[in-house]
Amino acid sequence: MNPLTQPFQDALENLDRVTVEAVFQEGLTRQSPIAAVEEVVVPALERMGEGWSAGRLALSQIYMAGRLCEELVERVLPPSDPDRKHQPRSAIVVLSDYHMLGKRIVYSVLRASGFELFDYGRMDVEELVARVREDRVRVLLISVLMLPSALKVREVCRRLRASGPPVKVAVGGAPFLFDDQLWREVEADAMGRRAADAIALLEGWMGELS
Amino acid sequence: MNSMQRTLTALSHREPDRVPLFLLTTEQGARETGCSIREYYARAENVIEGQTRLLKKYRSDCLYGFYYAAIETEAWGAETLFSEDAPPLCGAPVIQRHEDIDRIEAPDIAGAAGLQRVLASIRGLKERVGDAVPIIGVAISPFSLPVMQMGFDRYLDLIYEDPARFQRLMAVNLEFSVAWANAQLAAGATAICYFDPVSSPTTIPPALYRKTGQDVARRALARIQGPSATHMASGRALAILDDLIATGTAAVGVSALEDLAALKAAAAGRISLLGNLNGIEMRRWTPEQAEQQVRRAIAKAARGGGFLLSDNHGEIPLAVPEDVLLAIVEARERWGRYPLDWMEDWEDVP
Repeated sequence: MNPLTQPFQDALENLDRVTVEAVFQEGLTRQSPIAAVEEVVVPALERMGEGWSAGRLALSQIYMAGRLCEELVERVLPPSDPDRKHQPRSAIVVLSDYHMLGKRIVYSVLRASGFELFDYGRMDVEELVARVREDRVRVLLISVLMLPSALKVREVCRRLRASGPPVKVAVGGAPFLFDDQLWREVEADAMGRRAADAIALLEGWMGELS
Repeated sequence: MNSMQRTLTALSHREPDRVPLFLLTTEQGARETGCSIREYYARAENVIEGQTRLLKKYRSDCLYGFYYAAIETEAWGAETLFSEDAPPLCGAPVIQRHEDIDRIEAPDIAGAAGLQRVLASIRGLKERVGDAVPIIGVAISPFSLPVMQMGFDRYLDLIYEDPARFQRLMAVNLEFSVAWANAQLAAGATAICYFDPVSSPTTIPPALYRKTGQDVARRALARIQGPSATHMASGRALAILDDLIATGTAAVGVSALEDLAALKAAAAGRISLLGNLNGIEMRRWTPEQAEQQVRRAIAKAARGGGFLLSDNHGEIPLAVPEDVLLAIVEARERWGRYPLDWMEDWEDVP
């Protein structure tokens, strides 16, 4: 593990912006921005996600850490930077309900990891399917808070499967945490328990879809 | 014993005749009365009839005066979005920018049509059951209400980055939440379910809770003129159990994510537990699985009283089939009779 990961993580957990900045800057003196992101930022966020799953950390810490990391990384890896990962073409959305926090966290964590993706905000099934096709999206991340919204994922998956190039669908949110069979039932391709799980999913599918 | 006696005995940390069952049904009343969800909540008489029919069907130990969370934000001017298969949801936030908090004032309960319908329902339920069945009213905590008032992400920004406006919003919300809770008690509610998921360690760290949500809860609960149960709405509670006890709340609604036995040990007769059946997973339980889950919960938490069997979120999803709810009821009848002698020879099968 990069020796800067632990101090970076500790500072993030304590929302110590000064130390977070200092450690990140130290990382940039030792390696390229993308390497600093992959070796320091991403592991720290992944480990914080594990801490949240285990009940050691709170959602607010994950949210603030994701926001802070997104700001830091954006400064050294702006959207136009060639090291930004634009593939696979990905989008994130809240389906049907109006609770945006989970999506916001995953979006921040992915952007802090160097990925670029569409943020669709909140959509219903029909609008979402149309927009995915229009944008030629290949990976769709769906966030929900309510069980009825989770059950609508099946309709999204079936309509995407019915025509057009394949789209990988990953789901996340409280209903999927409380029923670990639900993601299969709604015919998604994967679920994420933590925001940082999205990083591994996108990296795995990047190879498969290219 | 009637339901009230059963519940009060359990909350006194004594063993009643059987484990109280708080089956917290809401939109199921619409199905019972043949209404759409929107129609159901449009008239207090529908909810009175719906809750009464659900009480008879499921033989639960309480009536639930709760409509939907967004009925509180309606009083603040927010829109509620209705659909056929989901709880009503709060529309666009009424607080769009932090600066809006400088001008916000608590709305008057008397002028809020939705809240007045809830009060009418509580009065009507009280007329039907008198003191035989507890009627539970719900008030969202001043500390958790801003999730709907401004959106969760912007609220977290407020807590961390704008402490002065955070305090102002808490002061305004406190006036509203206390007035709303007391209005329900005056209408005939037996106790208030103080919904406070933002206080859960799932959402904010315990150290931050002690500086924010706990202080708000102490102030609110001191002014609420009746007993309360604090509900974490599926969030964890173990790490702040001592802090919750210090707020003066009588019971805590606990999560399926935590072990009931550990919560019971930590409670140590100082606070009652309400929970913790998994309302999401419940949707696909067989009757046998429902029975096993009920037995497990009773085995872990019912000794000595201080336990009310319920779901872990504070509301059973409409998608849970009736036969699962009936299986839960039957399991409580079969395994919930004190002194729970069956526990001596029982081994849990995971």
